[in-house]
Amino acid sequence: MREHAYLRPSDPAQAVAAVTADPDASFLAGGTNLVDHLKLGIAAPGLLVDVRHLPLDAVEETDDGLRVGANVLNSDLAADRAVRERWPVVSRALLAGASGQIRHQATTAGNLLQRTRCVYFQDRTTPCNKRDPGSGCSADDDRAYGRYNAVLGASDQCVAVHPSDLAVALVACDAVVQVLGEAGSRELPLEDLHRLPGAEPHRDTTLAHGELITGVVLPRSVTSARSTYVKVRDRASFAFALVSVAAGIDLDPGTGTVRDVRLAWGGVAHRPWRARAAEDALRGAALSESTIRSAVAAELEQARPAPGAAYKLAMLRNATVLALSRLVPALAVDLDRPEEDR
Amino acid sequence: MDTFPSANVDLTVDGITHRIAVDPRTTLLDALRERLGHASPKKGCDHGQCGSCTVLLDGRQHLTCLALALSYDGAEITTAAGLGAEGMHPVQQAFLDHDGYQCGYCTPGQVCSAVGMLDEAAQGQPSHVTEDLSRPTTLEDLTDAEIRERMSGNLCRCGAYVGILDAIREAAGG
Repeated sequence: MREHAYLRPSDPAQAVAAVTADPDASFLAGGTNLVDHLKLGIAAPGLLVDVRHLPLDAVEETDDGLRVGANVLNSDLAADRAVRERWPVVSRALLAGASGQIRHQATTAGNLLQRTRCVYFQDRTTPCNKRDPGSGCSADDDRAYGRYNAVLGASDQCVAVHPSDLAVALVACDAVVQVLGEAGSRELPLEDLHRLPGAEPHRDTTLAHGELITGVVLPRSVTSARSTYVKVRDRASFAFALVSVAAGIDLDPGTGTVRDVRLAWGGVAHRPWRARAAEDALRGAALSESTIRSAVAAELEQARPAPGAAYKLAMLRNATVLALSRLVPALAVDLDRPEEDR
Repeated sequence: MDTFPSANVDLTVDGITHRIAVDPRTTLLDALRERLGHASPKKGCDHGQCGSCTVLLDGRQHLTCLALALSYDGAEITTAAGLGAEGMHPVQQAFLDHDGYQCGYCTPGQVCSAVGMLDEAAQGQPSHVTEDLSRPTTLEDLTDAEIRERMSGNLCRCGAYVGILDAIREAAGG
């Protein structure tokens, strides 16, 4: 581990000033990802600016929703009464992530800013454009370990996916991120926080160096109140998503038609993937397994699976049906039947 | 605002407060084991995947390998050894009674996780397998599936999971 200095500022503005002034500085929050990267040599900052002690740990009801401080722990947010009742997808996504110990340590903002688990990004002996810009991509190869690769929005530079469950849920809730920079504070839709890799895969987010996430705002909505999260992974617990679905629905109880719907997918792209074409196809439609499958197909017209990841397309179709069927029990589905028989 | 080329950190471990000067790279695990002589938190994977370094930090199950000691100035830590300092803790006794271990290396972390998660469940906190998020959980809700899910951050290479499950079920009152 490279030697580093350690700074513990007492307010967010001091933290922002310290990181902004030093290109070699990095914020440290819960540390569950960054401290691992320090050990692996994936990150080697000269200065760590500890923001874990900053007073950004409140969950507050506002007139139109909930404001979650950047330092609220994953476990505390998952267990929060208001979140469980009105944004259950957020609670479900958090509980589907990591382990009990890690949820007690990882923060809301840190969860959003965690980095990909692409095996080549984490292996310093292999080329990786995200870790070492210009070195090449080891994952975009038929002989590579491609199980975790992207199926949407990848580039010839990077086929990695974003690992956060929370971010996927927040995108489905139309959440807003509050950011503090040297020039002041700003807000942006969570959907605009993460980026597609393009020619700059080393940039995970749209934040500038030194910008600090101070909180996340969850607006109240019918689709968030009736929402859930389905995560498909290699083992039952403590594993990253192969595919995940955050879904929320507002169904006309009389006609069974979809008044509004939110669908976001995880494990498939460099950022949480808001499935807007699928939402558009479902809005106004009578909800059934076949309308859901057609809607997912509309979204997946733009899919270009990276090597090893084509299996995720069928998984996405089934997981999306499963998620919506959990919200609408009347939607009887039998996922044990082979997909071609449906 | 202070910079720390090397700095002091106060850690209260099993009831005794220590002040030590540490290099900023020192993890909480190394501070506990190498500086303070607390050998019950174990270094397994050292990457947050196995849970053998788990302690109770401010009462909750917490890894020590992915934590820098300087970040935890003032923390109150209870190790598995501390849990049993004044006679066997009921969770420790249950591990003994049900053979909840083989080589024993993961056991201190398993015990701390079990104590922490039983407390969480008693406080009403849900897990991934909790069906109904709208009401608080109780210890009676701890089915085998709940216990397995809530203990998934602790690996046992000997495969003593059957005994571990029996031990925790008994400690939960089931």
